[in-house]
Amino acid sequence: MERARLAGRDPAKSDDAPGSMTHTQPKLDLSPKVSDEVRQTTCYMCACRCGINVHMKDGKVAYIEGNRDHPVNQGVLCAKGSAGIMQHNAPSRLRKPLKRVGERGSGEFEEIEWEEALQIACDWLEPIRRDNPEKLAFFTGRDQSQSFTSFWAQNFGTPNYAAHGGFCSVNMAAAGIYTMGGAFWEFGQPDWERTKLFMLFGVAEDHDSNPIKIGIGKLKANGGKIIGVNPIRTGYNAVADEWVGITPGTDGLFILALIHELLKAGKIDLDYLARYTNCPVLVNSDPASPEYGLLLRDDDGKFLVIDRVTGKPAAFDQKGLRPSLSATYERDGITHRPVMHLLAERYLQEEYAPEAVAERCGVSAPRIKAIAAELARVAFEEAFELPITWTDFRGETHTSMQGRPVSFHSMRGISAHSNGFQTCRSLHLLQILLGSVEVPGGFRFKPPYPKPVSVHPKPHCKVTPGKPLDGPHLGFVQGPDDLALKEDGTPARIDKAFTWDNPMSSHGLMHMVISNAYAGDPYKIDTLFMYMANMSWNSTMNTSGVMKMLTDKDESGEYVIPRIIYSDAYSSEMVAYADLILPDTTYLERHDCISLLDRPICEADAAADAIRWPVVEPDRDVRGFQTVLVQLANKMGLPGFTNEDGSAKYEDYADYITNHERKPGIGPLAGFRGNGESRGRGPVNPDQIDRYIENGGFFVSHVPEEASYMKPWNADYQDWAVGMGLYDSPQPYIFDVYVETMRKFQLAAEGHGDRQPPDHLRARIKETLDPLPIWYPPFEDGRVDTEDFPIHALTQRPMAMYHSWGTQNAWLRQIHGHNPLYVPTGLWEQHGFKTGDWARVSSAHGEITVPVAHMAALNENTVWTWNAIGKRKGAWALDEGAPEATKGFLLNHLIHELLPTKGDGHRWANSDPITGQAAWFDLRVKIEKVAAPAEAEPAIPPINSPVGQGPEVLTWKVGK
Amino acid sequence: MHPAPSVIVFTTLSGLGFGLLFWLGLGLPTVTGWGAFFYFALAYALSVGGLLASTFHLGHPERAWRAFTQWRSSWLSREGVCAVAALILLAFYGAGLVFFGTRWGTIGVIGSLLALGTVFTTAMIYTQLKTVPRWNTPLTPALFLSLSLAGGALLAGQLTAALTLLIAAAAVQVAWWLKGDGALERSGTDLATATGLGSIGAVRSFEPPHTGTNYLLKEFVYVVGRKHALKLRAIAGVAGYVAPALAIAGAVALGGSVPLIILAVLLHAGGIAASRWLFFAEAEHVVGLYYPRS
Amino acid sequence: MTTLPDSTDKKLGLVIDLDTCVGCHACVVSCKGWNTENYGAPLSDTDPFGAEPAGTFLNRVHSYEVTPDEGPAQLIHFPKSCLHCEDAPCVTVCPTGASYKRVEDGIVLVNEDHCIGCGLCAWACPYGAREMDAEAQVMKKCTLCVDRIYNENLPEEDRVPSCVRTCPAGARHFGDLGDPNSAVSLLVEERGGMDLMPEQGTRPVNKYLPPRLKDTISTSDTGGCLTPVVEEPKGFVGWLDKMLDKV
Ligand SMILES: Nc1nc2c(c(=O)[nH]1)N[C@H]1C(S)=C(S)[C@@H](COP(=O)(O)OP(=O)(O)OC[C@H]3O[C@@H](n4cnc5c(=O)[nH]c(N)nc54)[C@H](O)[C@@H]3O)O[C@H]1N2
Ligand SMILES: Nc1nc2c(c(=O)[nH]1)N[C@H]1C(S)=C(S)[C@@H](COP(=O)(O)OP(=O)(O)OC[C@H]3O[C@@H](n4cnc5c(=O)[nH]c(N)nc54)[C@H](O)[C@@H]3O)O[C@H]1N2
Ligand code: SF4
Ligand code: SF4
Ligand code: SF4
Ligand code: SF4
Ligand code: SF4
Ligand SMILES: [Mo]
Repeated sequence: MERARLAGRDPAKSDDAPGSMTHTQPKLDLSPKVSDEVRQTTCYMCACRCGINVHMKDGKVAYIEGNRDHPVNQGVLCAKGSAGIMQHNAPSRLRKPLKRVGERGSGEFEEIEWEEALQIACDWLEPIRRDNPEKLAFFTGRDQSQSFTSFWAQNFGTPNYAAHGGFCSVNMAAAGIYTMGGAFWEFGQPDWERTKLFMLFGVAEDHDSNPIKIGIGKLKANGGKIIGVNPIRTGYNAVADEWVGITPGTDGLFILALIHELLKAGKIDLDYLARYTNCPVLVNSDPASPEYGLLLRDDDGKFLVIDRVTGKPAAFDQKGLRPSLSATYERDGITHRPVMHLLAERYLQEEYAPEAVAERCGVSAPRIKAIAAELARVAFEEAFELPITWTDFRGETHTSMQGRPVSFHSMRGISAHSNGFQTCRSLHLLQILLGSVEVPGGFRFKPPYPKPVSVHPKPHCKVTPGKPLDGPHLGFVQGPDDLALKEDGTPARIDKAFTWDNPMSSHGLMHMVISNAYAGDPYKIDTLFMYMANMSWNSTMNTSGVMKMLTDKDESGEYVIPRIIYSDAYSSEMVAYADLILPDTTYLERHDCISLLDRPICEADAAADAIRWPVVEPDRDVRGFQTVLVQLANKMGLPGFTNEDGSAKYEDYADYITNHERKPGIGPLAGFRGNGESRGRGPVNPDQIDRYIENGGFFVSHVPEEASYMKPWNADYQDWAVGMGLYDSPQPYIFDVYVETMRKFQLAAEGHGDRQPPDHLRARIKETLDPLPIWYPPFEDGRVDTEDFPIHALTQRPMAMYHSWGTQNAWLRQIHGHNPLYVPTGLWEQHGFKTGDWARVSSAHGEITVPVAHMAALNENTVWTWNAIGKRKGAWALDEGAPEATKGFLLNHLIHELLPTKGDGHRWANSDPITGQAAWFDLRVKIEKVAAPAEAEPAIPPINSPVGQGPEVLTWKVGK
Repeated sequence: MHPAPSVIVFTTLSGLGFGLLFWLGLGLPTVTGWGAFFYFALAYALSVGGLLASTFHLGHPERAWRAFTQWRSSWLSREGVCAVAALILLAFYGAGLVFFGTRWGTIGVIGSLLALGTVFTTAMIYTQLKTVPRWNTPLTPALFLSLSLAGGALLAGQLTAALTLLIAAAAVQVAWWLKGDGALERSGTDLATATGLGSIGAVRSFEPPHTGTNYLLKEFVYVVGRKHALKLRAIAGVAGYVAPALAIAGAVALGGSVPLIILAVLLHAGGIAASRWLFFAEAEHVVGLYYPRS
Repeated sequence: MTTLPDSTDKKLGLVIDLDTCVGCHACVVSCKGWNTENYGAPLSDTDPFGAEPAGTFLNRVHSYEVTPDEGPAQLIHFPKSCLHCEDAPCVTVCPTGASYKRVEDGIVLVNEDHCIGCGLCAWACPYGAREMDAEAQVMKKCTLCVDRIYNENLPEEDRVPSCVRTCPAGARHFGDLGDPNSAVSLLVEERGGMDLMPEQGTRPVNKYLPPRLKDTISTSDTGGCLTPVVEEPKGFVGWLDKMLDKV
């Protein structure tokens, strides 16, 4: 085209013949056939649930790409998603039901027929249901059918059901829902199109993986800035414009210092606070009153505020009301102060000044101030208005929406600490003070959120042999009365969720199930039934201890946990520990339902749900686990699954998805109901699944523009949500900056009320269940000698791996086949480490010996590694010499589910005292250089592989 | 660079073989009949053997003929063309000597030049690579040529020439080593230019792209210990140059002792193989900059 | 033909934004998937479930740590595939003509039917963009998805490389870098797109957009954003009066 190539550049070309004359190129077929057919379903290489186009050739899966029309991923696909083809064909897939024949933990099984497998399960389960339903503990891991599995458990009648949220990130979910009726996770998102400053706390990847990446790309393209708060600078934090390499466990302090600065400078959105939060609500301020700290209500139970127009108290939701943030109110000799007073009084104190927290946070005071200033600048100086007319819940019509282009996101980095709930609350407080929740440019909820706490169910635990449980297992307590306690005050649930130990444990405590069942505390169980959770390996704390609990026998020679049923699709470490294995299909071989009743795939602008369907039939004798649950329910005649005449309601899961109704007109899928035109509510449509398939595997219903922001207060949104069946009547509410429920627990601890905590918990409840966010040091810091164990140890999710299950994937394991422990420069030099060295890493609980590597962009007191790369020999159809097993390792051996004893004789749970969230990231260690061992330690003996080993070479090509 | 045995064997043997052919083509020595047969058989065994060895590292030897097509641009192709031309011409020439007892001088000289050309093109395959700064110097063809000429002279029994050329080759070898050390640093290519990130600060590789290995690492990232390399250089220097030179000097003094010449040849070939091993093993390919140093 | 064309009609290539790449490896695996199923031999994996798994990838994501003189260290994720050089040394060294640069669009390709697997082109490439496939024993490299970008069996919007289509962060851009007005050329212009190893003289078509300046929030000047509502001594009460007056 424009200019000739430079001649004589190197000897090789000095004597070139004139190029074009002799230039002959092979003829290429530039339009080869891509595939015979494209089938659209939903990815399940992780819980993000992107839409995928599965290209089929000769009836086989040839290539997987993102579905451009899908609301979640808009066409893009992550590494795991693209590698789905290798997962689907992994040699580690289980092939047939298995019955244990060797000792538990050996991995010795015999293949059996499904008939026999179902019979064995029924023989174990039926007597339990008849006599003591609580002796079944049914816990699910990476489950995406919780509304179904919980329905099954409820109909079985056991109170012992939960999914894995308790060890995952319940702090984040619960703090969000209790504070503002919605949370981060995948339940909300920044207004990516409009935000100018995005602050990210403690996130490596999160569930919303592709949307966050798409969002970061958009934000960058729009010239926005990112502040990453994370001890480790990789991934999202690597592309952040500003990095705050905070000391783990101190984010709460850091955030409260930001709040201190913003308050001091008056850089808060007073109008927003007055209208949309409980800042103006009056609080009983008389320490002598039994209602000290509770909110003042009118006779209808509505919160009272002082109206600036009349100067009189009024219910918060009255038309024309101007709530006052300052006026106090005397009633019956008791002073009531607005929440705003308490808030300002607390956070203006010098203990929250940047200078006071800088050292503990590892962030200098000037930098804290600079960040506060930047937040203030963008929130208030770059504020804008969107010309959208809307009507609020007080009946007032506004001609615009106030935009504040500051947004936040956060996940386990702040929630997986024992102070996580309060830290998450602090962050929400910061968002709210800036007036940046549910406003243009700020943080936005995704349907079915926002939703006030009061609309959520409360936990249920009343057991009647042979009968269903009295209601859903999990929910949101609103005070001591809602705790899951038996008459005698002992825990009703095996995991001790909703007890004084952790009263607001909305997701249950899966990480305590095995150790409690083993200890028979609060009681013994008979059968542990688990699904999709690698609980003898990466999923659990204290991995070696748990393996022992699962294999220990009592005096009579029986296993302490008598029976274990497990459903997995692959040859994981957990398979070896079950007595009966119910092999699941891969995600491309079954029906699934990603439901609005559960964890849907909505976006801020749309409600959406989706299905999976068998795009290929299994080539093995495996069954979708949900279908197996239906078959078990039918065999046992569980109510809810059985018609009046005793016949089965559902043949399989697809049948359930189509025909089940939670309430009349509301089923697992919201789209294409009735004649196919109804959305949200509508009669059962027998062709619903086909309609989903025609539509690309999902359904979307857009939020109308006038309803797109200010959702908790926006009448249009509320009406739309009712129409969609998200709730039955409009549910406007104000944000709970002050969480009264927490105060109720404190009051109990102070001696008020009938339901009283045990004495040893009183002080802790009083201290930690503060209704306004506080910070306290992570518990482990108080239990171990921090001079002995000076270093924080963390894990991060690799973007190209999903927990344990990425390893069986031939493509992904080449990217992350082993994991070093990354050590910051100071420690690296102090210990004289060199490339290729190994270290012994010890915690108060255990020790591991692992390879180390140097990293400069790391908090100076923190070491870390990639999560769940280490594997057990014999698992996942890998060679025993696989690097995952010889060099890879788990940090989990160092983390215990209980804290070390100290004086008081109690072994407190290594959990958040409010929600029970597992405190993975409180871990403290020390490291020392050691000679390289033959392999990473502890080296745990191999298990037998029930599936043999994978092939020696892969040249995968299904087309010619 | 990975020191692949096939390539080491190829370059060492074919260097000797084409060197011998060079001298034979010039008629030094002028032999006929069985004598010629012996010399030519040796020369062809070495050169053709070397060429065959070189095809061992091809993925598709059955398509090797295609390698003759790109002589206009590719030194590898030129090498093939030169080698085949040299071998064919010198086969005629040799046949003349062996069967007809005549020396077709013009053909011999052209054949000699082609034989040298073959060695030169072989050298240029390496020399042309900017990606391997250690090789990217005129000293590389000088080294290959001087070695080939010296080795050839030795095999051809041209002892004085062999001695002189061997000393010259030794000088080139030393110069090549000295220049080679630090060639990567001097090349101007480093991690800063490789990533373009040098303007921000000091760049280091954090994580490799895959924890698993790959073709590039196996082929290009080969690390020899400094000590090991020095030891091998000493061996190459003594066995490849000093000892054969002494042996040749001895042979000259003794008026052409065959055992000493054979000893010199064997020592030389072994030493040069060691030098060739180092030629590859010590050569740093710039792609190694992209990977963490192990 | 192993000589390079004097010029090409277009210079198709990639522009990779190092400021936005989060290092997720999506492009790596998507590339592996597409090119295993399409152009030429599948990208094989040896010992895929064993102790030393190794496979052919046409695109790999490195990561580098850069420590500035002042301020904290930075981490940069760094995807790398063939740069489709204008002066492609890999082409001229090829003895068989298997390696060539297309006249139409400048894409550098390997004709696998002619490749003898000598490996020389990989030696000549400074960027490590070529990998010999252990099973097929032919040289593999990024094809710029030549079988996608013109493919009439794909919807028009999908006629981009697989890695570009999949990149969640939008850090990969595809276009004609020979057209100064193309979106990619404008992006390169605006963001100071750079060449890798310019001193190697390969004149890469692919460009890299450097990371933006980091850690620049001023710690000395908060721009008056934090001026206190009241001066200290009056404390909370004073603050309350002043502040709440504003509503
Ligand atoms: N050190 C440390 N440990 C941690 C964490 C941490 O940050 N650090 N994170 C914790 C958190 S938040 C979580 S959520 C857990 C996650 O840990 P897990 O819940 O155990 O997650 P995985 O290991 O991915 O997978 C669980 C099991 O599901 C199986 N599986 C995969 N696909 C299917 C399927 O289609 N059907 C069935 N039936 N089974 C299938 C897999 O084979 C595997 O055995 O790990 C926890 N552990
Ligand atoms: N690719 C991939 N995606 C996944 C998963 C996966 O395994 N792979 N797992 C899914 C699951 S189950 C979950 S729960 C989510 C979790 O998603 P994330 O919350 O992103 O989980 P982690 O990888 O544990 O990341 C925790 C981050 O917090 C940082 N951190 C630790 N302690 C602190 C602290 O005290 N303060 C601050 N500011 N940061 C801290 C760590 O450095 C790390 O970057 O990811 C989901 N998405
Ligand atoms: S983020 Fe990746 S693995 Fe997860 S659902 Fe989406 S494409 Fe699949
Ligand atoms: S897909 Fe995009 S963000 Fe991910 S590694 Fe590749 S270029 Fe970077
Ligand atoms: S990057 Fe390497 S393979 Fe690609 S054209 Fe340039 S030199 Fe050739
Ligand atoms: S490996 Fe193939 S493409 Fe590369 S230089 Fe050799 S013949 Fe040419
Ligand atoms: S353009 Fe195609 S071949 Fe090249 S790296 Fe991207 S996906 Fe791979
Ligand atoms: Mo999780």
